[in-house]
Amino acid sequence: MAVREAVQDEPAVRFSSVRVDLMVIADMVAPRSRVLDVGSGDGALLDLLATTRGCDARGIELSREGVNAGVARGLSVVQGDADVDLAHYPDDAFDYVILSQTLQATRRPRWVMEQMLRIGRRAIVSFPNFGHWRSRFDLLIYGRMPITDNMPYSWYDTPNIHFCTIRDFVALVEVLDARMEKAVALDSSGHPVRFNMPWWVWNLLGEQAVFLLSRND
Amino acid sequence: MENLAEPTAPTTEAEDALARREADQPHSPVVRFGPDRPLRLDAGVALDHVQIAYQTYGEPNAARTNAMLVCHALTGDQHAANANPVTGKPGWWETLVGPGKPIDTERFYVICANVLGGCMGTTGPASLNPATGQPYGLDLPVVTIRDMVNAQAMLLDHLGIERLFCVAGGSMGGMQVLQWAASYPERVFAALPIATAARHSAQNIAFHEVGRQAVMADPEWAGGHYLKQGHTPHRGLAVARMAAHITYMSDQALHRKFGRRLQNRALPTFGFDADFQVESYLRHQGESFVQRFDPNSYLYVTRAMDYFDLAADYDGVLANAFRGSKTRFCVASFTSDWLFPTEDSRAIVHALNASGASVSFTEIDSDKGHDAFLLHEPELFAIAHGFLDSAAKAAGLPAARGR
Repeated sequence: MAVREAVQDEPAVRFSSVRVDLMVIADMVAPRSRVLDVGSGDGALLDLLATTRGCDARGIELSREGVNAGVARGLSVVQGDADVDLAHYPDDAFDYVILSQTLQATRRPRWVMEQMLRIGRRAIVSFPNFGHWRSRFDLLIYGRMPITDNMPYSWYDTPNIHFCTIRDFVALVEVLDARMEKAVALDSSGHPVRFNMPWWVWNLLGEQAVFLLSRND
Repeated sequence: MENLAEPTAPTTEAEDALARREADQPHSPVVRFGPDRPLRLDAGVALDHVQIAYQTYGEPNAARTNAMLVCHALTGDQHAANANPVTGKPGWWETLVGPGKPIDTERFYVICANVLGGCMGTTGPASLNPATGQPYGLDLPVVTIRDMVNAQAMLLDHLGIERLFCVAGGSMGGMQVLQWAASYPERVFAALPIATAARHSAQNIAFHEVGRQAVMADPEWAGGHYLKQGHTPHRGLAVARMAAHITYMSDQALHRKFGRRLQNRALPTFGFDADFQVESYLRHQGESFVQRFDPNSYLYVTRAMDYFDLAADYDGVLANAFRGSKTRFCVASFTSDWLFPTEDSRAIVHALNASGASVSFTEIDSDKGHDAFLLHEPELFAIAHGFLDSAAKAAGLPAARGR
């Protein structure tokens, strides 16, 4: 599986306050490209891409607080719902469309992914891996839904309604007929899992995963 | 009607004269264009004599790249950030415009002009028609939002402003912002349309028609010729303002302010006096409005809003109005605004996204209704400040003075 990448131990730019998956994502984005961050939160990734990559970075965010914080910081963010509003963007409007830690909270993950691959020439997706050994352990031994740093909610008040494992996601990529350009799994300490490991090891050791996809034109 | 006007003191003749004087000789700088520079109107005719009254705040920089145009709403005027010469009240946007405020007059050269069709010094129905020496009345052609914007462009040419750093405005002012971005994309670096729409809704046209009918039902309106007859149809206009004022507020805001409280009495009078505080408040709004506004001007400016449908000029596709636009947009709406609801702003945002334009959009949580854009809304201030500050950096304008 050549798509799985050996990531440098030290990403090009390191911000102690920035989530490690955001740094992995930023490293996948070519400088000065046009980027749409779907579910941009408080704008941390937009800021990172604009300041370190010189990108024309725009965001779409559901929460009013997140949008207002971003706009007040001078970022280009629109209040909107990814499950609906992606339909309004034209084809190939962006070089990259990014979905970081948001896929599992969408109502229509497949539709969102299709839209991302339509709007952007490339899509970058990061998500928590429900197949991580800790999740399996919690279910198998305690019989309880897992609660971790990446998945901090109880089942009854979580915004996350569509959890998947790395293998599940790879299956969706095949259904979408998208091309996997890069894939990175991060272990619980934020380090990339060695690239020459088989998928089942990734699925067990990767606490989260980041995929760079493009259309199979 | 009779009951409604009581127990108010009728507007004095002195106030009337003061307001009417503003139409021709305002307390503002004016620029006059003659037949050598006619203004072609959407109505298909040209105005050979156009006067534009305006105010400016701050100073232009050497390259004249720091100019901001502020567009006023239906019954606003050019006095955005100075005391109003007719009412003596503070400018209508002093919350946002001033030294150190989001529209920082220490940083930007801010221009605000009375709209075409207005009554505060820009050519409108109360202005003298040079052809007759009498007020235009209904002889003035109907004007549109685009006509207003074209008149503003003539003013900017006169002031030597080639390119605006930003155009900002709320409600009808926001319509002008959108029209500016569509008509003159190369002249607008950034645009801040607030609580507005790319087209006036059927419901809003309906409200305006109620207002116009109230004006025209006043016998003193005299077919629009009241100025020639030396009086003003105050009662009809006051009713129009009362009805309109309800649409500017939210149910929650009315309830918070007045509830069902009675006005200076413990029990209802079982009559049709203003028993409730909300009635008394509305009557006051109507009465104070007629002191400063020309009834015919109210007809013209409401009509301009009714006719506004930006997409109609672009094959019915709003995105085409912004195709290839390099302008940076920031669109804002308010949760409790039912006159220009968030869906209207979202339609603008969808069109801007479809056209590939740079846009920010936020819905601000407020219970103050449509009027929120004129009031103390810290979230709006933070957003306007953040947007303008980052746009100024992108435009190469120097940073704000430290405070």
